[in-house]
Amino acid sequence: MALLQIAEPEMSGVPHQRNIAIGIDLGTTNSIVATVKSGEAVVLSDQDGKNLIPSVVNYGEDTVIVGRAAQKLRVTDPANTIVSVKRFMGRSFADLDPEITYPYKFVKQASHIQINTRQGIKDSVQVSADILKSLKALATDSLGEEAVGAVITVPAYFDDAQRIATKHAAELAGLNVLRLLNEPTAAAIAYGLDSKQEGIFLVYDLGGGTFDVSILRLNKGVFEVLAVSGDTHLGGDDFDHRLFCYILQKSNLSQLSDEDTALLLVKSREVKEQFSIKEKVALNVVLSNKKIVNILITRVEFEEIVHNLVQKTMLPVKKALRDAKLSKDDISEIIMVGGSTRLLPIRQAVREFFAKEPLTSINPDEVVAIGASIQANVLVGNTKDDWLLLDVTPLSLGVETMGGLTEKIIPRNSPIPVARAQEFTTYKDGQTAMTIHVVQGEREMVADCRSLARFTLRGIPPMVAGQPRIRITYQIDADGLLTVSAKEMSTGIISQIEVKPSYGLSGDEIQSMLAESIDNADKDMQMRFYQEAVVDAKALIDSIEKAIIQDSDLLLDGEMDKISHVSMQLKVKIARIVDDYTEATTQIKNLTNQLNDVSNNFASRRMNQAISASLKGKNVSQVLTENE
Amino acid sequence: MISATEAAASRVQAFLSKRGKGIGLRLGVKTTGCSGLAYKLEFVDSSNSDDEMFESNGIKIFVDQKSLKYLDGTVLDYTKEGLQEGFKFTNPNVKDECGCGESFTV
Repeated sequence: MALLQIAEPEMSGVPHQRNIAIGIDLGTTNSIVATVKSGEAVVLSDQDGKNLIPSVVNYGEDTVIVGRAAQKLRVTDPANTIVSVKRFMGRSFADLDPEITYPYKFVKQASHIQINTRQGIKDSVQVSADILKSLKALATDSLGEEAVGAVITVPAYFDDAQRIATKHAAELAGLNVLRLLNEPTAAAIAYGLDSKQEGIFLVYDLGGGTFDVSILRLNKGVFEVLAVSGDTHLGGDDFDHRLFCYILQKSNLSQLSDEDTALLLVKSREVKEQFSIKEKVALNVVLSNKKIVNILITRVEFEEIVHNLVQKTMLPVKKALRDAKLSKDDISEIIMVGGSTRLLPIRQAVREFFAKEPLTSINPDEVVAIGASIQANVLVGNTKDDWLLLDVTPLSLGVETMGGLTEKIIPRNSPIPVARAQEFTTYKDGQTAMTIHVVQGEREMVADCRSLARFTLRGIPPMVAGQPRIRITYQIDADGLLTVSAKEMSTGIISQIEVKPSYGLSGDEIQSMLAESIDNADKDMQMRFYQEAVVDAKALIDSIEKAIIQDSDLLLDGEMDKISHVSMQLKVKIARIVDDYTEATTQIKNLTNQLNDVSNNFASRRMNQAISASLKGKNVSQVLTENE
Repeated sequence: MISATEAAASRVQAFLSKRGKGIGLRLGVKTTGCSGLAYKLEFVDSSNSDDEMFESNGIKIFVDQKSLKYLDGTVLDYTKEGLQEGFKFTNPNVKDECGCGESFTV
């Protein structure tokens, strides 16, 4: 390691100077930018005094409009007005849900999502960059100076491709990205939970269309994400929809025009929001066919309508607790994030489940941006604090080994940054190259995992199988980006790859991959044992066949027949299609043992011959010296 | 537990007396560098309330609680390597270092 010198107190690293740093919550629907002014985190407002900037971009004849003005153009110019671009980040065209019709002209041949707009082809990175540029300009305008750095938040389940895409968008917007920060971690920072010495916190983030649960642990001022869970199809919109259906039912309405549907959905949302302060809400609407809807809904009714949805949010909460191996009594604080957590039935359910009052004092729409700005302020060196923020890998990362098996290098839920190394070896004599196949997932077979990258280490010196030591290192940096390297230890030759997968995984897919791994756990293990037995058996057959070719003169009468007989039985067994993997594994292992037994004497004779050849004509001291 | 070799301790003492003030040495970690964490090595004029203090070969070493988690068991040495001369950390918690060795992962 490098040698260090002693610095003056508090002066190691960046000298203290007043740097402006911003935190950005780059959301699916809305984005927010915040900064720390005179020690206090504040959300920055635009000219209209609005904090929430809609994440919408319109490409006009010669203008790029972002925010509320762009949102108004959704109706008149839908093909050139991009909304919810966050859902496209790091994804390919094939990832798009065919059920949803988009008003955009997609470029179908592209490897990643591209949209043909009036101003040419734009991909999700460019569109996000335009949103970020506008946020950056807003910050510069209200602070009078350009920010030296920014922290941008991403969902905890974002994979490498989605994180890289977000980082590229920020760079394209001319922002200096200090780091990407997981949204739940940002929320915990906003509540200043770092000032406690320790504790375990649960972040309950119910947005418009998605629900995320994260469990964080704080120990001696160090944050660590223990588990993430959620539901990508659960949010405030579902509550609006339930209420909408109830209103239809109660007023005996059916077959509404599109216009009336839109109107009633907006009204449903308003009614929902009023229940946070009122006991009963009156709804009075005139529909396009002059029909009047005039009903009164009580809070009790409302709570009944949404009861199932509220309970549904508790499932990911329980799952996250299970994943983190914790009980609800272990949770010292619950942080509420997302506009939908203003709903009283939600707060009530959380309070009852944990028998504890959740934290709600910071505006749940702004809490993530506020946390990001506090973190940004620390990272540019404006404070004495230096947290060590640890995030977590959503899925295990592994490497393919012989037989199509997955060897996990970094298990899921590992705190990052992390680096893990493991040594591997060659399978065949004289093997000079090794392909490293990087996979992501929980399953035992590579075929059931997601392939991230593949690269080859060449120049391994030819040696007997099993002799070379190849160290494979997986390293995930603070932003969750993965670098894999393979190093041959005797020569030091190295080959590495930075994993930039062409498309990403949604939180949904992560959940279903996890669910599959649990459902198939037994089958997978049986399969794994079977494949391991097959690999061992093949290696033995291979080495015996080679030995017979080299030293057939050492075989005794009849020995060859015995070996061939067992070897053939084993080969047939391996080739056969398997119904019961456990049984097949036992049979293959038994035959492998038999083959070992019948070839054992032959092997010892070869060994003796080899030793006597190497000792011939040498005295004891020479042999000892050579072996040192 | 943090300790310093005799070589390191005598160097620190020499530096402190040349500097004319200071009560000891601060060891710490911060979150930068290519492998995640980086070492911090500073003079101490006054200790903080959350500091742990270790005495080794006649010098006082201060470490904050947070850093101690990553540094426990570290031995500080003073060595020459080629033209370079300086302090060296032997940290049993380190799982991986970056090429330059100034940052590490635990």
